[in-house]
Amino acid sequence: MERLEYEFAAGQPAPGRTVCGVVSSGDLEVLLEPAGAGRTLVAVQTSVDGYGATWKALLERVFGAGGLPAARIEINDNGATPGVVRMRIEQAYEQVAANGGKP
Amino acid sequence: MSVEQLLKRDSFIERGARSRAQALLDPGTCRELAGPFERLHSPWLAMQRLVTQADDGVVVAKGRLDGRPAVVLAIEGGFQGGSMGEIGAAKIAGALELAVRDNERGLPTQAVILFETGGVRLQEANLGLAGIAEIQSAIVALRRHRPVIGVSAGTVGCYGGMSIAAGLCSYFVMTREARLGLNGPQVIEQEAGVAEFDARQRALIWGLTGGEQRTAARLADACVDDDTGAVRAAVIDLFARGLPAVHRSDRAADFLACLARVDTARQATAQDVRDLYSKGLE
Repeated sequence: MERLEYEFAAGQPAPGRTVCGVVSSGDLEVLLEPAGAGRTLVAVQTSVDGYGATWKALLERVFGAGGLPAARIEINDNGATPGVVRMRIEQAYEQVAANGGKP
Repeated sequence: MSVEQLLKRDSFIERGARSRAQALLDPGTCRELAGPFERLHSPWLAMQRLVTQADDGVVVAKGRLDGRPAVVLAIEGGFQGGSMGEIGAAKIAGALELAVRDNERGLPTQAVILFETGGVRLQEANLGLAGIAEIQSAIVALRRHRPVIGVSAGTVGCYGGMSIAAGLCSYFVMTREARLGLNGPQVIEQEAGVAEFDARQRALIWGLTGGEQRTAARLADACVDDDTGAVRAAVIDLFARGLPAVHRSDRAADFLACLARVDTARQATAQDVRDLYSKGLE
């Protein structure tokens, strides 16, 4: 198990908080909460050691443009593939946009 | 079930714990307590370098069911096999104890437990077992006031200490896909040998421990299709019956008398078990 942290430029605070996914085999849980404007913090807990560079590359693809709402994101990962990780993060942003942040 | 029906139905099994709880409660009434943002991670899994989940795999949802105050306790089978650790078990026991207090104050809160669990979380050992004991006492305390309904939809099923908790429920609902047993098939094979129980034989496993069989053998009260509406309707219908005249667990002597008549010289078939229990538990 490894813990990783990343920080990215972001837009306005996210409109609410949400949770999606489950820490089951090959899946992950994403918790998204609003953060102060301009910064998104991503804290990753992953069952697979030694993939820091892959996480960095993946998260840069998602957050690198800096346009997503600012959020504090917690990822609890149980060996999900990069595609699944990306879809779960996108799902979390869709959920907060749709329900105004009711978890 | 035809392919078209399969595609159209709203599967209960495919839902996660949070989604199951929301679907059971009346629309718009669901409020989660001790939810993921409280960050009640298991401290013990982290010490063993295992990834934790923010709700420790248990969802406590308060709301209304068919207009009545209710709490749904949903175990997430996908996280650590739905195993009961210190925190997850305390969430269930605490919610049941609060429901008891509601009833003592004249508010008839009723509880539904969604069992999707292999039993105690081995990494948390005695703390998990103590938590399961607390859940069991709380079920017994609450069922003095209102029925406590257990549901196991699958695919994990309900095993170990939590199968005893299931046995204490006023009513138990299963799907054909769910299984209910004290020991899982692989544990039986490992401890007693493949001649006693072949854990690869799925027909044998579901034949003896699946939802249809358990309902026929009177260890469960309803076997419903894997359909969210059907599960909800079964739960509402059982609450409407009120408390059973005699709880299943108060009939231990009748069950033991049935077991005393088992012919252990040969492997029991599903039909043998049905005959045994239906004769002894009329």
